[in-house]
Amino acid sequence: MLALYRRDLRLGLRAGGGALVGVLFFLAVVATIPFGIGPDLNLLARIGPAILWIGALLASLLGLDRLFQADRDDGSLDLMIVASDRHMLPLTVLAKCLAHWTGTVLPLVIASPLFGLLMNMEPLAIAATALTLLVGTPAITFLGAAGAAVAVALPRGGLLISVLILPLVIPILIFGVSASYGAAADPQPFLQPFFILCALTLLLAVVGPMAAAAALRWSAD
Amino acid sequence: MRLVAENLGAERGGEAVFDGVNFALGPGGMLVVTGFNGSGKSTLLRVVAGLLPAREGSVRIEEAGDRFAGVADACHYLGHQNAMKPAMTVNENLEFWRSFHGDPDLDTADAIDAVGLEGVGHLPFGYLSTGQKRRISIAKLLVSHRPIWLLDEPTAGLDRASEGRVSRLIDSHRERGGIVVAATHLPLGVDNIDELRMGEC
Repeated sequence: MLALYRRDLRLGLRAGGGALVGVLFFLAVVATIPFGIGPDLNLLARIGPAILWIGALLASLLGLDRLFQADRDDGSLDLMIVASDRHMLPLTVLAKCLAHWTGTVLPLVIASPLFGLLMNMEPLAIAATALTLLVGTPAITFLGAAGAAVAVALPRGGLLISVLILPLVIPILIFGVSASYGAAADPQPFLQPFFILCALTLLLAVVGPMAAAAALRWSAD
Repeated sequence: MRLVAENLGAERGGEAVFDGVNFALGPGGMLVVTGFNGSGKSTLLRVVAGLLPAREGSVRIEEAGDRFAGVADACHYLGHQNAMKPAMTVNENLEFWRSFHGDPDLDTADAIDAVGLEGVGHLPFGYLSTGQKRRISIAKLLVSHRPIWLLDEPTAGLDRASEGRVSRLIDSHRERGGIVVAATHLPLGVDNIDELRMGEC
């Protein structure tokens, strides 16, 4: 499993892996917002956490279609399915998800405080948003794995994955943003939505890979 | 160990590709599956590997003790594709499959030597020619041990000398008690084989 994690991480970081592309897309989304809504600094600071979350969400959907597609194209996926008596397929999927998250989503989380500055956010709000992104984005990857597994046999399945899983990631977005707001604006709670976000990630770490494994098993032809 | 298929049938897109396939292979046994294009050679191998569900009948291993959880667990599957990443070096690719598959056998350098490609280990897999890629893919069978080899057109794209080398690898695998099922329309130059002709009823 560790070998699979290392291999996928290495592939993700090498040329064509797309780690930097995600960050650039994230920057593009965040940087265009102020042009759209005008130079009202208070307004920007208020909507900052939501913009960061939406930008990170969209950027993390970008590379999902390659999660299984590349392995399917070169036949590696077949061998992973044949080896499923030794390495349970959901665990294989989990290792791939974690490698994908480390390679393409973690850079977004690391870049988010910088982009928070563009939105004129308070240091506390920036820290809270980065923390909620760190905790919440794995859930997006786990859900995305299920979508990627369903769409793996389809040509140009990338957009389909986004359409499939966007409705399902709405709860993650809601609790992530409300926890970020809670840290900065006093009357709103921080811990409750934050814990629900943690619970969502833990739940999806189990459900997502299992659903993806079931879809992969029957996508073989 | 024995590999037994009973009354095996498979379908593609709702249409039966073949049915009533029976074979039993003991240690050192080899089955060569031949037949015209579309007769179901690859489908048979994929059913045996558990990648496709059988429409009827079953495949099982016998006299294997409790080392293997099922047929797929005892199998190396060599498909049409090489299951290697062009962006990684040959060594990295083989090391990955060696640790992922478990039951390590030859180390990567010896396996690369065994397919006659000394000195390519440091190259990215994508730099190799079609035949060299296929040979590295065959080296993948050597880095971890599985008693059953399922080979789908193993010699496609290989030159004459490499074909001979692959035959010798198959022979030495059989001498160690291994079982080979190969789908091919090129003669492999291996003796003592059973032949299954698909599409002739």
